[in-house]
Amino acid sequence: MAIKRTDGRTSPTQLRPIEAKAGVIKRADGSAYFRIGNTWAYAAVYGPRDLHPKFMQNPKKGILRCEYAMMPFSGMGDRVRPGPSRRSKEISMVTEKALTPVINLDEFPNTVVDVFIELPQTDAGSRCAGICAASIALADAGIPMKDLVTAIAVGNLNGQKVVDLCYEEEALEGEIADIPMAVIPSTGMVTLLQMDGIITKEDLNELLQMGVKACQEIYQIQRKALTDRYKGGNNE
Amino acid sequence: MNEIVTMNDDLKAHIIEALNKGVRFDGRKLDEFRKIEVKTGLINTSEGSATVKIGETEVIAGIKMNVDKPYPDTPEEGTIMVEAELLPLSSPDFEPGPPDIRSVEMARVVDRGIRESKTIDLKDLCIDKGLKAWSVSIDVLSVNYAGGLIDAFGLAALLALRDTRFPEYKDGAVDYHKKTDRKLILKRFPIPVTVFKIGNNLIVDPTVEEEGAVDVRLTVTSTEDGRLCALQKGGEGELSTEEIARMMELAMAKAKEIRELVM
Repeated sequence: MAIKRTDGRTSPTQLRPIEAKAGVIKRADGSAYFRIGNTWAYAAVYGPRDLHPKFMQNPKKGILRCEYAMMPFSGMGDRVRPGPSRRSKEISMVTEKALTPVINLDEFPNTVVDVFIELPQTDAGSRCAGICAASIALADAGIPMKDLVTAIAVGNLNGQKVVDLCYEEEALEGEIADIPMAVIPSTGMVTLLQMDGIITKEDLNELLQMGVKACQEIYQIQRKALTDRYKGGNNE
Repeated sequence: MNEIVTMNDDLKAHIIEALNKGVRFDGRKLDEFRKIEVKTGLINTSEGSATVKIGETEVIAGIKMNVDKPYPDTPEEGTIMVEAELLPLSSPDFEPGPPDIRSVEMARVVDRGIRESKTIDLKDLCIDKGLKAWSVSIDVLSVNYAGGLIDAFGLAALLALRDTRFPEYKDGAVDYHKKTDRKLILKRFPIPVTVFKIGNNLIVDPTVEEEGAVDVRLTVTSTEDGRLCALQKGGEGELSTEEIARMMELAMAKAKEIRELVM
């Protein structure tokens, strides 16, 4: 079905251009860069390392801690004040919940794995880009994982179902639903699901299928970022 | 704890011994910077942006502009503000939380270099005397910390300012989607260079290991007309006036090289 998207894409399932790279921050244990259209995310992983304050420690396994942050100049319009906001705290939490199902920290009791996500520039889909970057960075850090996690937003724009909304689409007038989701590609299980807007259950079911499919495409790019980094024994 | 201190002392002794012979672990001369790479205009959500890489150290600077009421004592002037963040993403040494004293110091030194040199004529930022003026927020952040941040921050801030174009201001509102052709005019080009003293040696652009062995440092910001516009002594050590003179000479010579590289 040929349609015209606000940013010039010609199909409802066409993703914005994606670029992914593993190992971009020297002193991190693992790191990645993930760019989808005009949304860019860096992620760095530190750990497993000692967790303070001590009462937060879990003697049975390590914990995952994520922090999502937009750089002050990363949004069109007003400057984003540094430091956590209600929005960024919620996104940090759902990011953590999206990634936790694939990682296994049983071998690292009382420790924390810290994931820092920073966005220099955003144009919708920033939590999804952050999750894609973070899961590459976790793998780069050698954290035991059963798979990567891949994320994308799907949506309904006045009856038109689309994958990977850009900012202009998100801001359209009318009946708009914006649904960020994360998927474990090998099993198709969903680890993040949120929605802003109005939608029927039939439409949601169809969009979830579109999202799972799009995640398979992104998954290949994430994997390539990791194989590119480690092929030929280049793992300094 | 004791063990860590001993290890640092050993490493420090080793670094000093090498520096005394004019040798650095990465093969550079004492007064030699790592490779400097700069890019501008990358971030379309900002009014101006730059990234600066010095070796593996990487920082990013972005400018946001908004319209505010001028301060009553300077009704014909806009404002500038510098904020620095040492992102925990960029190093295991940096922790989440409110800006710590290191980032506050760096932001203030960068701010002084730009402000005192009158690089930006604050009157250029006035829209309507006493009522409306631009305020310019300069944010510098570390993406990759591998030693020597402050010089990178200062250079990135300046390059982002040079890249800045005013957004459209019409009928009392800013339209950030429309950038005008009007650029921010830079009247000066202040470059901060920090000289570090380790033992009796003076070096520039330290690695993380070298930075750990530093006794005292001096940041000297100089403009293209050979004048100084900001100074900051840091670290717990002391400096003789002769040493200060040598550090100043070195910083200004390096600033000149960097200016030629990016102009």
